[in-house]
Amino acid sequence: MHKLKPITPLGGATRRQDTIGAVTITEVVDQALASVAARNGQAKAVQRALTDQIGLTLPDVGKAADAAPFATFWMGTEQWMVTAPYDSHELLAAELKQIVGDSASVVEQTDGWCRFDVAGAAVCDLFERMSNAPVRSMATGEAIRTTAEHLGVFLWRLADDRIAILGPRSSAGSLHHGLLAAAKSVA
Amino acid sequence: MTRNNRLKGGLINRDTSLNFTFDGNSYSGFEGDTLASALLANGVRLMGRSFKYHRPRGPLTAGSEEPNALVELRSGGRQEPNTRATVAELYDGLDAKSQNRWPSLERDVMAINDRFSNFLTAGFYYKTFMWPKAFWEKLYEPIIRKAAGLGSLTGEDDPDLYDKGFLHCDLLVIGAGPAGLAAALTAGRAGAQVILADEDFHLGGRLIAETGALTDISGADWVTQAQAELASMDNVRLMPRTTVFGAYDHGIYGAVERNADHLAVPTEGKPRQTVWRIYSKRALVATGAIERPIAFENNDRPGIMLAGAVRAYANRWAATPAQSVVVFANNDDAHQTARDLMAQGIKVPAIVDTRADAPDVEGTEVLKGAEIINTSGRLGLTSVQVQLAEGYTRDLYCEALAMSGGWNPNLGLTCHQRGRPIWNADIHAFVPGDGLPVGQIVAGAANGEMTTDAALKSGAAAAVSALDDLGIPATQAELPTAKDAPVSLSPFWHVKGAKRAWLDYQNDVTVKDVKLAHQENFISVEHLKRYTTLGMATDQGKTSNIGALAVMAELTGKSIPETGSTIFRPPYTPVSMGALAGRAVGRDFHPTRLTPSHKWAEEQDAVFVEVGNWMRAQWFPRKGEIHWRQSVDREVLQTRSSVGVCDVTTLGKIDVQGANAAAFLNKIYANGFAKLPVGKVRYGLMLREDGVAYDDGTAARLAEDHFVVTTTTANAVLVYRNMEFVRQCLCPEMDVQLISTTEAWAQYAVAGPNSRKLLQKIVDPEFDLSNEVFPFMACGEITVCGGLRARLFRISFSGELAYEIAVPTRYGDALMRKLMEAGEEFDAVPYGTEALGVMRIEKGHAAGNELNGTTSALNLGLGRMVSTKKDCIGNVLSRREGMNTPDALALVGLKPVDAKDAVPAGGHLMNKDGPIDAAHDQGYVTSAAYSPILNSSIGLGFVKGGFDRKGEHLRLVNPLEGQEVLVEIVSAHFVDPEGEKLRA
Repeated sequence: MHKLKPITPLGGATRRQDTIGAVTITEVVDQALASVAARNGQAKAVQRALTDQIGLTLPDVGKAADAAPFATFWMGTEQWMVTAPYDSHELLAAELKQIVGDSASVVEQTDGWCRFDVAGAAVCDLFERMSNAPVRSMATGEAIRTTAEHLGVFLWRLADDRIAILGPRSSAGSLHHGLLAAAKSVA
Repeated sequence: MTRNNRLKGGLINRDTSLNFTFDGNSYSGFEGDTLASALLANGVRLMGRSFKYHRPRGPLTAGSEEPNALVELRSGGRQEPNTRATVAELYDGLDAKSQNRWPSLERDVMAINDRFSNFLTAGFYYKTFMWPKAFWEKLYEPIIRKAAGLGSLTGEDDPDLYDKGFLHCDLLVIGAGPAGLAAALTAGRAGAQVILADEDFHLGGRLIAETGALTDISGADWVTQAQAELASMDNVRLMPRTTVFGAYDHGIYGAVERNADHLAVPTEGKPRQTVWRIYSKRALVATGAIERPIAFENNDRPGIMLAGAVRAYANRWAATPAQSVVVFANNDDAHQTARDLMAQGIKVPAIVDTRADAPDVEGTEVLKGAEIINTSGRLGLTSVQVQLAEGYTRDLYCEALAMSGGWNPNLGLTCHQRGRPIWNADIHAFVPGDGLPVGQIVAGAANGEMTTDAALKSGAAAAVSALDDLGIPATQAELPTAKDAPVSLSPFWHVKGAKRAWLDYQNDVTVKDVKLAHQENFISVEHLKRYTTLGMATDQGKTSNIGALAVMAELTGKSIPETGSTIFRPPYTPVSMGALAGRAVGRDFHPTRLTPSHKWAEEQDAVFVEVGNWMRAQWFPRKGEIHWRQSVDREVLQTRSSVGVCDVTTLGKIDVQGANAAAFLNKIYANGFAKLPVGKVRYGLMLREDGVAYDDGTAARLAEDHFVVTTTTANAVLVYRNMEFVRQCLCPEMDVQLISTTEAWAQYAVAGPNSRKLLQKIVDPEFDLSNEVFPFMACGEITVCGGLRARLFRISFSGELAYEIAVPTRYGDALMRKLMEAGEEFDAVPYGTEALGVMRIEKGHAAGNELNGTTSALNLGLGRMVSTKKDCIGNVLSRREGMNTPDALALVGLKPVDAKDAVPAGGHLMNKDGPIDAAHDQGYVTSAAYSPILNSSIGLGFVKGGFDRKGEHLRLVNPLEGQEVLVEIVSAHFVDPEGEKLRA
């Protein structure tokens, strides 16, 4: 077992959490990510394999789905992001490739992204200041690809009062700064 | 002198007294006052000076259309020029100053301009400052610029925060007067998502400015009820203090919410203003109407105001501009001003009505068929001169005049997408025509419905109709009754024979200026506007445009609609630059990207450089190094003699998979990839469609159907986008999937003769790094440090024996620390982008300077890479004759003949003898550096036919700075031209 110490997207040894007013912003570092893109004409086969083996239904445009411990959201035409706990699924991409075989291209995306879960009653007020996504009308289980702080991001409605934002890892600091600023505005 | 002009009643909170200053004098007002209402209540009419003639001015209006009462609000970094006192909400401690005057508002030296008004007419700039020509730039323009402008800025940074945000709704209601409130209630009760925005801090529009607007309940009380009901609805967002300033495409509206302008200082962390982008399915413009003035001699003195404004000050703010007010009008509506004032005990000596058949008003005399032909009072009105119908004149002593030429629907937002208004002869005004922005509807006075009753009903009906379009069933809200009569009006625009009668108060445009424009044939409204500057001030001519059109129509003998109307453009009222910038200022102007080793590099005191959004270490200074060259030279020498490590995570990494992945790469790269074996990397060159080279990099084959493409840092996004275009649009039949993995992997170049030894300490022992097993251009998936998955590529940008090693980004920081620790025995150094650049120039590798958008593979010496055996993007056009001439530019190395000379980048190359001019240009220098290996300045550049000119001497010239250096053309590969080192 190697002894290299990981750092979080914000550069810390452990996840960062900030509470501003009624909003809590939590850096999420315990989820592995992998993209699954169906090969030409293979979307149904990919769907079948994932349903059969892990019970996961691939969602339509703008939607997310889950089958614990896995969850997934739509990210492009016949392309989905799958998540699972990092500790138990560090090699998520390899695991999924085993399942889908040649029906899909699978790419490790775990460290390509930073993720912040924003929780609190003012969560929509906050994201209204970050993104043009219609957050108020997003139901739980919807995910949208949009921009925030000039960055390409995903917004994922986890619950009425909880939205996850995934952005490019290298810009985690900028994204986090934007979240803090918006949280102060609505506090 | 302060006088008490405060009346009874009003919507001010007399329990909260607010102290403020204007031009250093202290006053007090109440919560609910504007700066203008509070000043009027304190007996202050003089609030500003006009733009050109520096005429004393007071407020004309009680709203955002105000042209005169512009002040500088606050001080220091918060100083805001040209703030309309009529909309500035009073707060305790407010500090305002008049502007465009010196030394004081009462005694303004520049008022001398008024004496020379005959010379300062429309177009005087163009006539007066034409000759001598040379004087314009050096003399006239600086003087004019100094004299022009109203308020001033301090030049200090604005300390406040500004937000931006996005809202979505079914129905956006713009304006919370009777029409807007009726619409919002109707839509709100139907369950639609509604936003109700009003620029005022108090909802209600004219309902709170009038007495008896409604029959069974006071306007203010009904507004309070309606507001309370709307506020209780989750589906309705009430936005007072919010100006919808622009109507944009697809139902999107721009709005600025003044979150903290009514406070001395915003709460810590909170924005002063927020710019909202509102995505509406339908938008209802219920912006009411704007009263129009009448042009007559000296109609601009402080105290001369619009009748509706005088009424609003009296009824809503309990303030009167004076104790004695004459009314001058062409309509019945203004008579209400007289009645309301008299009810408050204000003297109304007479109503001067231009209509011979004007109705009588109890309590005052109505001078029918009369006109005001002049006024007196230097700093404020003292009397008006009336031309009676009977032919003789009469002076009326008064300190204020309430005038009204009728009302114009407030059309701004209806015209933002070139909608042209149409003339409504019944109300003698323009109303919205065709060409409204998509999804926009208009109701109330803005649509020419000039009574409260009609406004209420049309607002409710418009909401029902808009929701019906959206499939949301709605019924009209129950509305209060109003029995006001329609405006009875006879058009009257200006008093004939006046010498100076103002149309555009803010830009000092008079009837005479319009006549002059006509005389000089600037008849088209667009010419009229530009020649006279009519409507070009900060108020966009809200009170002036129609008057000028009427005068021009009279002069040309055409009707007003035939004369035309100018177009309104966003913003409806001025929006501060800070609000438009939002949070994206200073260091937050754009997001930054940090490399995985950023924290470590900071610990090493690295100097960073912005590369796109990336912050890259430029060099790593060590103790005692006082010049960057010392650090860079050391990093280069140490890397070339032992080993150096550089964070190259920023290079774009694109994962390419699919059954046709290899064929796809064949398409996007000029050279072939189909036969690249698994476990190998190949250098690749990408061409644009026109055959010009635009990016280079490598592609590593990890499996038959799996490649990782690397791009230059700068072009990572462009290349990915182009690849997606090829995949989706040009070759949709290919089975290939792309995704960026730039961020997912931390990647380090480990370069130098000891790089293998260093890596052998890191890479797990089961992976053989020997030259035989892992030769130059090998790649593979390995593990490091006892089991961490990694990727290793044996590629070299420096020309040394070198590798690039990648691990999941979260371990990038740890790997960098591990590499430096393991490298201690080799004196390993980190190197930055400067050393990277020096080494690639020494090696003759092209980079962005060479791939500069004008150069082909041939120019770069890579002509043979463009495969003729396959098709690729840019292949055909790269064979164009003009791009393949024998004297085509060729990438060469350059070194100074005298080793002491420097090779400046950017200079042009000329033959050793002959003229120095563009016609004799032989090429140019793209990159230059000092090579610590060669102890000489060196450069790369393009020279005509350069491949065959090695050894030739050229002059490298920079005529602008008088530089000339003799250089020799050499091979671009200064270091290890045979590539023995990188294959070692």
